[in-house]
Amino acid sequence: MAVNRLRSALSAPRKGETYELRAGLVSQYAWERKESIQKTIMAMTLGKDVSALFPDVLKNIATPDLAQKKLVYLYLMNYAKTHPDLCILAVNTFVQDSEDPNPLVRAIAIRTMGCIRVDKMVDYMEEPLRKTLKDESPYVRKTAALCVAKLFDLNPALCIENGFLETLQEMIGDSNPMVVANSVTALAEITETAPETRALVVTSQTLKKLLLALNECTEWGRITILSTLADYRAQDTKEAEHVCERVSPQFQHVNPSVVLAAVKVVFIHMQHIENQQLHATYLKKMSPPLVTLISSQPEVQYVALRNIDLLLQKQPGILEKEMRVFFCKYNDPPYLKLTKLEIMVRIANSTNADQLLAELKEYAMEVDMDFVRRAVRAIGQVAIKIEESAEKAVNVLLELINTKIGYVVQEVIIVIKDIFRRYPGYEGIIPTLCQCIDELDEPNARGSLIWIVGEYAEKISNAGDILAGFVDGFNEEFTQTQLQILTAVVKLFLKKPDESQGLVQKVLQAATAESDNPDIRDRAYVYWRLLSSDPQVAKNIVLSARPQITSTIPVLSGPLLDSLIPNLSSLASVYQKPPQTFLGKGRSSALQAAAIEEAKQNARENPIAAAAVSAAVSGGSTQQMQNTAENLLDIDFDGAAPASMQKAPVGSASGLEGLAGTPNRVASPTGSSGAGGMEDLMGMFGNSNGAPPNPMNGGGGSDDLMNGFASMSMNGGQPPPPQHQMDGGGERKTKEDLLGLF
Amino acid sequence: MLSGILLFNQKGELLILRAFRQDMRPRLADVFRIQSDNIYVVGVSKGNVNSALVFEFLYKLVSLGKSYFGRFDEEAVKSNFVMVYELLDEVLDFGYPQNTETETLKMYITTEGAVKSEQRALEDSSKITMQATGALSWRRDNIKYRKNEAFVDVIEDVNLLVSATGTVLRADVNGSIEMRAYLTGTPECKFGLNDRLTLGENGADTSLGGAVGNIGGNKASKAAAGSVTLEDVSLHQCVKLSNFTNDRTISFIPPDGSFQLMTYRATENVNLPFKVQAIVNEVGKSKVDFSIAIRANYGSKLFATNVVVKIPTPLNTANTTHRTSQGKAKYEPSENAIVWKIARFTGQSEFVLSAEAELSAMTQHKAWSRPPLSMQFSLLMFTSSGLLVRYLKVFEKSNYSSVKWVRYMTRAGSYEIRLGGDTGGKMCSTVTFVTPTDPRQIIAVSLDSLRKGSQREDTFPGRHHL
Repeated sequence: MAVNRLRSALSAPRKGETYELRAGLVSQYAWERKESIQKTIMAMTLGKDVSALFPDVLKNIATPDLAQKKLVYLYLMNYAKTHPDLCILAVNTFVQDSEDPNPLVRAIAIRTMGCIRVDKMVDYMEEPLRKTLKDESPYVRKTAALCVAKLFDLNPALCIENGFLETLQEMIGDSNPMVVANSVTALAEITETAPETRALVVTSQTLKKLLLALNECTEWGRITILSTLADYRAQDTKEAEHVCERVSPQFQHVNPSVVLAAVKVVFIHMQHIENQQLHATYLKKMSPPLVTLISSQPEVQYVALRNIDLLLQKQPGILEKEMRVFFCKYNDPPYLKLTKLEIMVRIANSTNADQLLAELKEYAMEVDMDFVRRAVRAIGQVAIKIEESAEKAVNVLLELINTKIGYVVQEVIIVIKDIFRRYPGYEGIIPTLCQCIDELDEPNARGSLIWIVGEYAEKISNAGDILAGFVDGFNEEFTQTQLQILTAVVKLFLKKPDESQGLVQKVLQAATAESDNPDIRDRAYVYWRLLSSDPQVAKNIVLSARPQITSTIPVLSGPLLDSLIPNLSSLASVYQKPPQTFLGKGRSSALQAAAIEEAKQNARENPIAAAAVSAAVSGGSTQQMQNTAENLLDIDFDGAAPASMQKAPVGSASGLEGLAGTPNRVASPTGSSGAGGMEDLMGMFGNSNGAPPNPMNGGGGSDDLMNGFASMSMNGGQPPPPQHQMDGGGERKTKEDLLGLF
Repeated sequence: MLSGILLFNQKGELLILRAFRQDMRPRLADVFRIQSDNIYVVGVSKGNVNSALVFEFLYKLVSLGKSYFGRFDEEAVKSNFVMVYELLDEVLDFGYPQNTETETLKMYITTEGAVKSEQRALEDSSKITMQATGALSWRRDNIKYRKNEAFVDVIEDVNLLVSATGTVLRADVNGSIEMRAYLTGTPECKFGLNDRLTLGENGADTSLGGAVGNIGGNKASKAAAGSVTLEDVSLHQCVKLSNFTNDRTISFIPPDGSFQLMTYRATENVNLPFKVQAIVNEVGKSKVDFSIAIRANYGSKLFATNVVVKIPTPLNTANTTHRTSQGKAKYEPSENAIVWKIARFTGQSEFVLSAEAELSAMTQHKAWSRPPLSMQFSLLMFTSSGLLVRYLKVFEKSNYSSVKWVRYMTRAGSYEIRLGGDTGGKMCSTVTFVTPTDPRQIIAVSLDSLRKGSQREDTFPGRHHL
């Protein structure tokens, strides 16, 4: 009995879908078998496990009906992995089929064989593949070409041993363009996975063949060939010119992706052309097809726009005259609108700025909050980019303030702050700004307004009252706003000492005693000591002139941009990130590497940091020291400082990276921008009690402090130095000093 | 390349899954998605793929599905899933797009499983495979017609964006030349457009039809001479691009049946068919007055059909009253707009609509975003760009004579007029543009041999004999 029960449990069920399918698969009628196969595939699609039917489906593989054969093959591909042994039963059919007189059958056989990823299959693939690669029908050849790539993926050694790669390389010279395209595709893929094979090496000879095939193959083949051409480095100028000449007719192709691929080839090869005139001609030729891409499907448009964004950063002039096509349509999807905004700002110049501002104003009146904010920001970017239109832009912004729509006003304030930092002479509008003080509820907007009040405190008669209002609610503010309040009040005090003495004490008291945020406490202490030492020094530091900002349009760093240009039209260009950052296993490490590279780049490029470093090294003049210190202060304390704006998102993370730093960078003075600046700063305050600050003496104090920090971070096990006490002492002392000062 | 193609319905249920690579799971780098009717067509990939290619391919797939099943929606996919798999199998191999030409594919992937004799099938297959990979992958051999005909449709979508103050912000034309060729053998066609065809802003004049250079020709004189300036053209893959680049001749061996020969874009001398004057007045918080006047700016012999004007109303519109001088207007609450339909709009005439929208009281007064007024229309025998087809020559070995027909149509692309954003104020928006010295009646005059349609399914009047 028990045995019986066991047997019945193990044997296939006599009811249910699987049973019915099985019955159908072995039916004596062909139509019934075909129908059952269809049903099986349907079940497979729905995610049901029909692998139990494997042997029965396999029985139907030998059939003259091509459609049925395809279905069986589809099933095989899906379940081969789970039934590797049974797959061998199909081998015979495959081998037979690959010699079938019908080229379609031959092609399907070789195509499917490549997709059955079972090791045992590989051994049987060798012979059919060799035959089909030399097949008389181009259709079979092109299928076999791709199959080499499939085989390489499974078993690279076998592929190389059998000389399939060489065969493929020969096939680049095939008379049929499709075969050429697929061979190139296969070789390109092999090269990508295993660069050491050097499977695809384009020589002048192959170049000729590729250019020949380019005009004749299908649109997809063209893209393959074009991408290969883009990776090719021309031997000399003449060759580069030749490539551009032959590729540029593809600008007229109806398929946007072919156009984009052609643009990429010409753009890359153009850089090797020395003839400037020719250079300009190609740039000019490129712009109409790029504009045409904007009328394609929205998704394709988006890809095109992101690429245009890259091209514009490399060659700012290309679309100067085409501003209008980038105007947003009312029913464009949001992602297109936002990207179009970015591009419009990039194209903006003094001739089209008026037109653009009028358009941006329209956008700012719409209802989509995100879009409106970006439009307002764009107005600011245009104003800062183009001096002639600044006044007009400010007028537009003022009009927008009058709409009294919360988020518009807030964004306008942020934008105007940047305009103040670029151009002097717009102080007249401050009263208007101050009127909307009650409507601001975002930290950025509040911070911006407070910055403006602090910066122009001498020109605002009731600056004290305004700031007093903020000081009253100091503890409820966002950290960012609190920092701004601190700085603004100190500025006010330095400008109008007699009016705001009480205020400054109140805010410093609040910041040091009541705040639990170390940044705020630290900054408050810094100010407190500064003020208690010598107001003149404090003035020099806090009120020194800042470097003017030149642009608030985000740009990619040079190396990143250069690495993206060869990736035009690919995913990397859409993300505007190097491919390593979103591909493969080393994703996070690649990100880190990119961040470190970026930090190094920043250190190299950032003149302020360099100045700070040089000051630290040479122990330069006091004046210089103060300036650099103030610069550092300003960058750190202003919420949206230009330096941080210009960095890509990765960059802001990298700033931290730089500070935490690798040891060698801290050690070498040139590399350690952050640490160097800190040292200076500390040096400054270390001897703030003494007479005029002397950098040579200051070194000791700063070192002590630095050592204190260092020991803290190094020896995690040891109890940290009595930081709190130190703080307390400092506080008492500075309080005394401050009192003495007054 | 692509690791797989998936089709989902709107509930997110999987309809079709075709994996081309093993790496489809567990980790997908990126997903490309487009929508067709009520299904999502999804392509997934693990690599840094050519995104433009992927999206373009997905759209190709949808159009392929449409030409096979009429529609490409959940219903069609479900009832033809075998076919869908078969198609996917053919158009993609190892994730690389292969041949997506409908005409070619239809030769060997058919809806009805035609039973052929073994020998016959064999012959066919060889032919098919030659064709699918050949240089003329879009045309099969041995096409025969008793009557050789070719139809050319010039269809232009005119896009217009007018600001609230009446300045034309953007006026351009997206045109396409659609062709239906029923020609025997392997004909070589040559296509001639306007006497003067200028491509790009400073492109040299072409030698089409023995044109002379336009030295010193300013815009006005160009328009007067019946020339056309195209900003950019894209051509069907059958057109020999190198010939076009060299001497601007469009020569090609057409696919059989219908296809899109070229698309083009024009931004200069755009002839706008309608002039719209819109006055929108917000009276207090409870009423909005509209006064819309539309004038047809084309020859009085022509007429536009299916003119629909959509006049947006505030979201809290309770009721509307309207009067029109022609056509019918109706308030559509679902669209928040007054829809004004005019079935036939004769050239040079002007129609007006005045309407009043009553607003219901709202607790919080929120500004009305004033979406733009938009228009739909189609207008036969008129091209906004001024493009015209001068000739279509067909050369074939057997030297048969062929009949060619041409038709022009201008439609509204996105024809929008902004209504001004300043609340409360009186806003007047007028479309102003230079009235062209030659309304493009040249077309109608030069092609006077008007015939009444053709024998083949031609529902449209106004097809001209070339």
